Amino acid sequence: MHASKIASPLAVGRNVPRKDSAEKVAGAAKYVDDLVFPGMLYGRTIRSTIPRGRIAATRLAFDQRGFVVADYRDIPGRNVVALIEDDQPFLAEREIRHTAEPILLLAHESRDLLLRAHVEIGYERENPVLDPESSPTAFKSLAIDKGEIEDGFSEADIIIEGEYRTGHQEHIYIETNGVIAVPQDGGITLLGSMQCPFYVHKALKSMLGWSDERIRVVQTETGGGFGGKEEYPSLIAGHAALLALKANRPVKIVYDRAEDMIATTKRHPAIVRHRTGVKRDGRLTAMDIDIVMDAGAYVTLSPVVLSRGAIHAAGPYRCDHVRVRGRAMMTNTPPNGAFRGFGAPQTQFAVEVHMERIAETLGIDPVKLRETNAFRPGDTTSTGQILGEDCSALDVLRRAVRRSGFRTRQRRYAGTNRGIGLALFYHGSGFTGGGEVRLASKASLGLTERGVQILVASTEIGQGTRTMHAQIVADALGVPFDDVYPVQPDTSNVPDSGPTVASRTCMVVGRILQQCAEEMKTRLGGMTPREFFAAHGPMIVTSEYEGPSGIKWDDSTYRGDAYSTYAWACDVAEVEINPDTFEVRPLKLTCVHDIGKAIHPVLVAGQIEGGTAQGIGYALIEQVVMREGSMANAQLTNYTIPTTLDTPPIDVVIVENPSRYGPHGAKGVGELPIDGPAPAIVNAVRSIGIDLREIPAVPEIVMKAIDLGKGKTDARHVPL
Amino acid sequence: MTSISVTVNGATRKHDVEPRMLLVHYLREVLGLTGTHVGCDTSQCGACCVCVDGLVVKSCTVLAVQANGSKVTTIEGMSAPGLLHPLQEAFWEEHGLQCGFCTPGMIMAADDLLRRNPTPTEEEIRAGLDGNLCRCTGYHNIVKAVQRAAGRMGQTRDTFTIDAMAGKTDEFPTPAAKH
Ligand code: FES
Ligand code: FES
Repeated sequence: MHASKIASPLAVGRNVPRKDSAEKVAGAAKYVDDLVFPGMLYGRTIRSTIPRGRIAATRLAFDQRGFVVADYRDIPGRNVVALIEDDQPFLAEREIRHTAEPILLLAHESRDLLLRAHVEIGYERENPVLDPESSPTAFKSLAIDKGEIEDGFSEADIIIEGEYRTGHQEHIYIETNGVIAVPQDGGITLLGSMQCPFYVHKALKSMLGWSDERIRVVQTETGGGFGGKEEYPSLIAGHAALLALKANRPVKIVYDRAEDMIATTKRHPAIVRHRTGVKRDGRLTAMDIDIVMDAGAYVTLSPVVLSRGAIHAAGPYRCDHVRVRGRAMMTNTPPNGAFRGFGAPQTQFAVEVHMERIAETLGIDPVKLRETNAFRPGDTTSTGQILGEDCSALDVLRRAVRRSGFRTRQRRYAGTNRGIGLALFYHGSGFTGGGEVRLASKASLGLTERGVQILVASTEIGQGTRTMHAQIVADALGVPFDDVYPVQPDTSNVPDSGPTVASRTCMVVGRILQQCAEEMKTRLGGMTPREFFAAHGPMIVTSEYEGPSGIKWDDSTYRGDAYSTYAWACDVAEVEINPDTFEVRPLKLTCVHDIGKAIHPVLVAGQIEGGTAQGIGYALIEQVVMREGSMANAQLTNYTIPTTLDTPPIDVVIVENPSRYGPHGAKGVGELPIDGPAPAIVNAVRSIGIDLREIPAVPEIVMKAIDLGKGKTDARHVPL
Repeated sequence: MTSISVTVNGATRKHDVEPRMLLVHYLREVLGLTGTHVGCDTSQCGACCVCVDGLVVKSCTVLAVQANGSKVTTIEGMSAPGLLHPLQEAFWEEHGLQCGFCTPGMIMAADDLLRRNPTPTEEEIRAGLDGNLCRCTGYHNIVKAVQRAAGRMGQTRDTFTIDAMAGKTDEFPTPAAKH
C-alpha cells in the first residue's frame, strides 16, 4: 500500500483500468470449461423430445461399462429447483411438460462414448398447449389500478386501441452454460458460469437435503449472462452434483451451443393490448393495458418478470386513470426466464409504439405528444408512487431530440426509404417493491496484508462489478484504487449480497460496500490500512442493506413505491429499408441515458452500447422459430445476433441527475439500454409509412405490414 | 491415431491424435492452451480463432491432423510472459472487452487484419471482424482498440509490461460523450 501522505486521486467518475483486463487479454482467465480435475468425468443430459405427455419406458441402448447413470430416484432431497414456486423438477419422474426437459443423466470419461450412448424413451403423448392465449393455466395474474378507468375514458375526445407483439429472445452469451461438481470430504463444491452463487446454493441444499456448510458454490470467470445465468445454472449444478455424488468423481457438464439454445431460458414473448383515451391536444386521460406473457412450462421467475413488465407498462407518462391487467400463462415450451430488462422491454415496446400511433392518429408531432405527457418530478406513477427530483424524462427527451438533429432529419428523410423514430423509457433500479428489504443483502470488506479485500456474492459477468465496486470502496476509504481488490465469489467465503440481477449491483450492493468502507474508516481511527494491519492484524467489516426510509410498497394491492429510484432514457433510431428485400438497416442510434452518476463512464457507455446492440437484434433479426414447442433454429447459423457490420454508430450521452439512494447518486444501468432500441427502430420504420407493430421485424413481418397497409384506404404513402 | 508435429507458439509439439480431433480440442485439451475458446462449434462466433501459418482460422473447423507441420499461434503466444502485445494493451486501454470470452479470438482476428492492412479504416476493421461475435460490447470499443493498436504496430515499441499498466490509472481518457 502507498503511504498515506500522498492523497490518492478519487477513483469514482474516472475511467480506471478494469480489474480483470490482464487475464482476459492474455487468454489466462479461467472459464468453467478451462478447468480440469483429476478423474473428472463428462456429463450429459438426456432430454424429452416431445412437448407434453408421460414417460412410458426408458431403455439404455448402449454398453454401460464405464458409465454412471442417474435419474430422479438418485435425488436424496426434494426433486424441485427451489426458486419461487418450487414446481420444476431437476429430473422428470413421469410427467413431461416441455421439449428438452431433463430426464436422465449420463457420465463417462470419454466424451465420444458419452455422445454416442443411445437412450430410448417411450412416451404417452398428450396434446400440448402452445398458445399462451388459449392456455387454461395462469401462473400469475396481477392488477394495477389508478383512478377510475371509466372516468378517464369519459373525459377522452378519442379512444385509440392497438395490439403489439414481441417474440422470444435468446441470450447468446458467447460462453455457454456449464458447471463442474467436485465431491470432497462429505461435501460438494460446484464451480460454474453463473450470476447468482447463492441461488445455486439454495437449490442444491434443497435437492440434497444437506446443511449449508456441506455445499460450496464458486463462480468461475463468466462469459456473459444477461439474465440467462440467473436461475438456470441451479439446474445444471444439480445435475452435475447428482452424477458426481453417484460416481464419487468430479463431473463436468458444459452445454454445446445447440443444447444451450434449445433447453435454457429465453425472454418471454408477449402480447400487449392498449386502449387509450386522449384529448385532442394529446393529453392522456385513460390507459387500459392488458398483458399476456408466455411463461413456458414452469413458473421459474415469470411472476416477477410479469410484475416488472406491468409496472413499466404505462411508460414514463402521466395519466390519472390507469388499469393494467397481466397474466403469465403456462405453455408446453421450455420455461422462459430472466433476460436483461425482465419484462420491461416487452411492455415498453408496446406503449412506445402505441404512443407513436396516437401521435399519427391525432396528427401531433411525436416529440410534442411525449413532451405533453412525460413524467415530471411530483407526478404519480400507475402504482401511486410520487416521483422525486431525480425524474428526468423530459430532460432526456429534449436532449435526445437536439443531439440527434431529430427535426432536420425528419424533414430530410421524408418521402425516402429512410426514417427516424424515438422511444422514451425508464427502468426501476433494484428489486421490485419490498424485494430489497426481504433480501437483506450483506457485503463485507476485509483488511489484509495486500490491501482491502471486497467480499461480495455479486458476480463479474463482464459488466464491471469488480472495478466499479473497487472504485466506490477506494474513495469511501480514501485509499488508492490499486489497493482495493476483489475476490472470487465463493459461498464459503463471501456473505450473501443477493443475486447479480435487476441493475442492483452498483446501486444496492455498491451502497452497502460504501457503508462498510465508512465504518472501516472510522475503525482505522486515522491510521492507514497498512499501519493498522501492522499494529492490529486483519479486520473484517460487514454491513447489511438498510431500506431507505419513506419507501412503502404493498404487494397485495400493487400500490406504493415500486422502486426506490428509476433511470431514464430516450433513444433515437435512424433506419433505412431495402425496397427489394424489406430488410431494415439501422443507420445510427442516439442514446441519452440518465443513470444518476457514472461511477466509471467508459463501463457505463459499454453497458449502453452492448445493451443497445442487443436491442437492435431484438428489434430486427433475432427470431426464435418454435415448432411444436421446440426451438427449430437452435444454432448460431440461423439464429443470428448483430455483428460488427449490423451494429451502427451508437452515440451515447450520459446524464447525471443523482438519486438519493445509490452510491454517489448512481441508479441502475445494466437493463435500461435494452428497453429502448426496439420501439425506437419500429417507430423509425413507421415514419416511412409502414404500420409495423411486431418484433422481431424480420423481412417477412415488414412485408406483411406493408401488404396489410396497401389494402387499407387510409394507408399512408409507402415510398417503396 | 495419427502422429502429428505442430509448432505451437514457437515450440514443436508431437502427439498421437484421433484423426477426427479438432484443432481447438487439441490446443485446449491436449496442450492445455485454454485461452482459445469455443462459443458455437458451427464456425459462427470466432471465439476459437488462432493463426495457422500466418492466416487466421477458426480452429473449430480445422482438424488437428490438418495442422501437421504447421506453425500455430494462439493468444498465449502473442506475447512473452508478463508482456503485452500492442493489441492486448489496446483492448485493455480502450475497454474492448467485458466478459472477455470473445477477446482472444477477436485479438487473433484483429492481428491477422492488421498484418494484411496495417492502417485500416473503421469500415475495414468492421468488415475484417465480421466473423467474430461479441454479445457484450456492441463492438465500439473493440473497433477503437484495433484502431489504437494499428497506430502502435508501426512503432518499434511493440511490447508493454503488465506492471507498467497498473499505474496508468490517471491516463485513461474520459469519453467525449459524457456531459
Ligand atoms: S467455436 Fe469456432 S467459430 Fe465458434
Ligand atoms: S466481451 Fe463478452 S462476448 Fe465479447
